[in-house]
Amino acid sequence: MTETFYEVMRRQGITRRSFLKYCSLTAAALGLGPSFAPQIAHAMETKPRIPVLWLHGLECTCCSESFIRSAHPLAKDVILSMISLDYDDTIMAAAGTQAEAIIQETIDKYDGNYILACEGNPPLNQEGMSCIIAGKPYLEQLKHAAEHCKAIISWGSCASWGCVQAARPNPTQATPIHKVPGLAPKPIIKVPGCPPIAEVMTAVITYILTFERFPELDRQGRPKMFYSQRIHDKCYRRPHFDAGQFVESFDDEGARKGYCLYKVGCKGPTTYNACSTVRWNGGLSFPIQSGHPCFGCSEDGFWDKGSFYDRLTDVHGFGVEADADEIGATAAMIVGGAAAVHAGVSVVKRIADKNMTNKDGGES
Amino acid sequence: MATIQTPNGYNLDTSGQRVVVDPVTRIEGHMRCEVNIDENMIIRNAVSTGTMWRGLEVILKGRDPRDAWAFTQRICGVCTGTHALTSVRAVEDALKINIPENANSIRNIMQLSLQIHDHLVHFYHLHALDWVNPINALKADPKATSELQIQTSPRHPKSSPGYFRDIQNRLKKFVESGQLGPFKNGYWTNPAYILPPEADLMAVTHYLEALDFQKEIMTTRTIFGGKDTHPNWLVGGVPCAINIDGDLAAGAPINMDRLNYVNGVVNRTIEFVENVYIPDIIAIGKLYKGWLYGGGLSGTSVLAYGDIPDKANDYSPENLMMPSGAIINGNLKEVHPVDLRDPEQVQEFVPHSWYKYPDEKKGLHPWDGITEPHYELGPNAKGTSTRIEELDEAAKYSWIKAPRWRGHAMEVGPLARYVVGYALGHEEITDQIKRTLRALDAPVDALFSTLGRTAARALEAQWAAHKQRYFMDKLIATIKAGDQSTANTEKFDPKTWPTEVKGVGFTEAPRGALAHWIKIKDTKIDNYQCVVPTTWNGSPRDNEGNIGAFEASLMNTKVERAEEPVEILRTIHSFDPCLACSTHVMGPDGKELAKVKVR
Repeated sequence: MTETFYEVMRRQGITRRSFLKYCSLTAAALGLGPSFAPQIAHAMETKPRIPVLWLHGLECTCCSESFIRSAHPLAKDVILSMISLDYDDTIMAAAGTQAEAIIQETIDKYDGNYILACEGNPPLNQEGMSCIIAGKPYLEQLKHAAEHCKAIISWGSCASWGCVQAARPNPTQATPIHKVPGLAPKPIIKVPGCPPIAEVMTAVITYILTFERFPELDRQGRPKMFYSQRIHDKCYRRPHFDAGQFVESFDDEGARKGYCLYKVGCKGPTTYNACSTVRWNGGLSFPIQSGHPCFGCSEDGFWDKGSFYDRLTDVHGFGVEADADEIGATAAMIVGGAAAVHAGVSVVKRIADKNMTNKDGGES
Repeated sequence: MATIQTPNGYNLDTSGQRVVVDPVTRIEGHMRCEVNIDENMIIRNAVSTGTMWRGLEVILKGRDPRDAWAFTQRICGVCTGTHALTSVRAVEDALKINIPENANSIRNIMQLSLQIHDHLVHFYHLHALDWVNPINALKADPKATSELQIQTSPRHPKSSPGYFRDIQNRLKKFVESGQLGPFKNGYWTNPAYILPPEADLMAVTHYLEALDFQKEIMTTRTIFGGKDTHPNWLVGGVPCAINIDGDLAAGAPINMDRLNYVNGVVNRTIEFVENVYIPDIIAIGKLYKGWLYGGGLSGTSVLAYGDIPDKANDYSPENLMMPSGAIINGNLKEVHPVDLRDPEQVQEFVPHSWYKYPDEKKGLHPWDGITEPHYELGPNAKGTSTRIEELDEAAKYSWIKAPRWRGHAMEVGPLARYVVGYALGHEEITDQIKRTLRALDAPVDALFSTLGRTAARALEAQWAAHKQRYFMDKLIATIKAGDQSTANTEKFDPKTWPTEVKGVGFTEAPRGALAHWIKIKDTKIDNYQCVVPTTWNGSPRDNEGNIGAFEASLMNTKVERAEEPVEILRTIHSFDPCLACSTHVMGPDGKELAKVKVR
């Protein structure tokens, strides 16, 4: 008999009071407001721990590393109390045949009822053998596990878009999960970023467990609650952008005053992520706060859009209320050093206005 | 079947039972291991295979060298940042850029925090389950565990019987739920696990404490680099400008509040390492003292490049706080200097790797490296090309190349650094080693073992924790003296660069010596090569038949149960393998490149 999430927490010495507090914090983290706390509590009291198979393809393990840095909930509590992490070759005790047996055991016992979490992606070149698991292409393991799962989480930019190994010329033909040929048609939620924010990862898991469904997704399959706004929209340096106060070069006076990093290449205006709202590592900072321009690591193909230090030339004039779907997949236009626009704020506005007229509200 | 003697002194006998471990878990990336075990259950032949490849260097060709840190950082998210640091150093070496003192201090703090974090997470979350049996912890007496905790580490505050009872109850319910999660299918009835239940409970408790604490260690990198995993770096310095008390300091990357935050983390990190990690290593080490397998190359051939420059921009051994040098033939009396620019020293071979060279008898220096992926199995392999049952190590068998230092297979990593430091008489390292051996009542030779490797890693974490304090104090002293600069941007604009330059950057990554070689032509990357720690340690055989460090370390180990490879895991894990690092390598001049036109 599988225990409910609440039973597990209670048995593990967590008081009802702490449990309810946890539920309100979860509601807050999901942006749901206090009235949702009882609903979360009810869900936790009645749901069994859902099995998760966390597979690793071609990747760098930054997603797992990010995940264990989650401040709320703690990774420990996710692993011990919320999910049953039955396969994750980065932390599992078993190896070799005993490890691989778990995939089939899970399929036999929970067919159609486990979550497949994908970190990394499969290569299609070299007969698929540039990523080998148990003597066979990783592609086979992935397809087999996908065939029987309930849903797929594509962790990070590798699984969502391809990321660094899929950057030009993509020598292994590394392929994001939703584009893998012959993959069973299962619901996929993309949680892009290199890596994604830890608390975004745990919030996505918590949401799925609580409401037994995916959160609302945008057209690209990302949860709207974290990916509907640009970094730029909620950036604490935005007033400096509006006021035309820019960092001209690293460590100049503007850099020391926290001015806008647009002119040193910030991709905040074209990047959809929660870095400027949720921030990183328990809300401590995010790249712009620490002085480096955002380079758009949650965007499709961000490695192939020119240097991270080239400035964007098509900053749109739409307001913060526009979300990713309304704007569409706008490719960042980059120009090299010599042709760079000298963007005083007036120039920025002029470009923005031009884009408004040319592109029909930004839909490119 | 014949016995083969390798030039580096190992007798390989393939006649016994072949045991395959694939995947080797609790590592970064993907790896396979095959061994032959004789009738006495002793390992007589070992084969280590890197089973992934991504080709990042091809991807780098034609890119902006100032972006290379971000690409190479994505070689590995576990040793996140060390490739980035190596990369900015390579570019700065090529362009002759000097960085400010503050940038050096901040980079060192970031690099040291990685050493600490990586070592701690490795021990508790990747390695501990080779020694610690969480199921056995259920039998522990919480009161006796409390006494053991107080005896092991009197200063650690979490030691009451009630505390251990609570953890034990949590663990009990977890096990009783029948959903064992990461502990599922472990080897919990294997007699190789010998800890008493109380030691198991204490260690499992610290597994959880360390999982909570590790996220704090890395927050220094979130402050300086904006996020973690994968913080931000900058050619010419660091991106985080300092503003202590000026206009708008509150919105500056580094201000008084931020420095205070880092200070707190630095202090708590020292406490955790000294009150939990080090005492655990001693306590568990004492109980496993007889398990002295796994030394491999550590007693004969070790290599370190050195790292942590005290003063900025001086990478000479005298200014590096981590030791550098090469030891060969087991002669600890002679430490050879290492020159990464010398074409005769570091070379890579591929006769047993899934790449092609025009002449595979020769090794190539990274600046002149060529690679062409060539996946094929040898004639004696069993299975098919996409369903490998057994590899043929007489042919090509790994995605890892075979790097050699003057022809020698070398071990790199914390133990290699500590052996080199010990041989050089490095004061702090020698002192740490002597104290540890005394605590364990073990001879110096005990260093050259799986346990020695695991202990060296802990000692290095302790050393690094104190050096973080040193560089934090230095940073504050420099700011106090009026210098707030963090970046030198004189040559940030590519228009200021010469047409053709080359450089090399190196660090000591948590897993060992790491270097990147770069050639820049017309402001773009013309050639980029990385030789990384697990390329050294996980190396397959070379043209002469020398076996690599993983392979050597497995030789002559006794296994309890052939079907439960816990002894293999112990020794392989003691290197903290990082396969994404080791197997991304692809040269600049291979045929693949003929079709490459980036931007």
